[in-house]
Amino acid sequence: MNGLHDIGGMQGLGPVPREADEPVFHAEWEKRVFALMVSTLGGGAFNAGEFRHAVNERLDQSQYLTLDYYERWIQGIEMLLIEKGLITQDELKNRFEKLSKEVG
Amino acid sequence: MSNTGRNGQPHDTEPKDIDLRIKALESILLDKGLVDAQGLNEIIETYENRIGPHNGAQIVARAWTKSDYKKWLLNDGTAAIASLGFTGIEGADVVVVENTPNVHNVIVCTLCSCYPWPILGLPPRWYKSAAYRARVVMEPRSVLAEFGLVLEEQCEVRVWDSTAEVRYMVLPERPPGSEGLDEKSLAELVTRDSMIGVARL
Repeated sequence: MNGLHDIGGMQGLGPVPREADEPVFHAEWEKRVFALMVSTLGGGAFNAGEFRHAVNERLDQSQYLTLDYYERWIQGIEMLLIEKGLITQDELKNRFEKLSKEVG
Repeated sequence: MSNTGRNGQPHDTEPKDIDLRIKALESILLDKGLVDAQGLNEIIETYENRIGPHNGAQIVARAWTKSDYKKWLLNDGTAAIASLGFTGIEGADVVVVENTPNVHNVIVCTLCSCYPWPILGLPPRWYKSAAYRARVVMEPRSVLAEFGLVLEEQCEVRVWDSTAEVRYMVLPERPPGSEGLDEKSLAELVTRDSMIGVARL
């Protein structure tokens, strides 16, 4: 499938955005997403090819454009773990709501 | 940081929501025993502190000082790199390409963000940016010029686009004036950008 991620040679994108003294991660949540991916991948929940496919081609292509890099990762991890039957959408929804109430 | 808001997140993301979403997933996986808390923290610690361009720098310094090692590195990068203890995710198949006065190499992953983690760490944001991925294969000289590297016209540019399996690393040229230095001191001269190929030393 032809996807938005296939951008080699595309024109009109402007200068390469660089950042001085860039940290490895830019926020605590990025660290958590990264660790969850490495850990579930290492545990055999999915393989690297499945993950790459999930965060690039399989995303709703409007999401590919609007989501941050590690937001695409969380989307991909959730998608694969649900498909593998390891978690459910309801579990995610219920836990999110429970945590929201605790935070207030 | 560029084009992002608080905590480095895109301006249209609610920081609280993304935090909670990840906490929800993490706590479910912890409850089910699919991940463990200590393991997660170790992964973060490893990639923040232990894995990074200082690993690649050791490889480069070894290649500069030991011709047999350099030959091995260019023939079978994966094995030569593993011999120094650098293995793991995103390092299963590494090809090392050598810069010379007449050939300059630069690496990219046009489709996503493939990068040799065990030797360079996690990629900087610009490496993952649409602009770098799109442009470096089309107009490498102007992209390199943005990084402050203006190549001589007669110097050939080779751009290496990662595949699903293969990761590349550039072996930069040994800088002038470094003749008397030992391997450890040489390693300190090697930068991340020189091993991506967007800088010379």
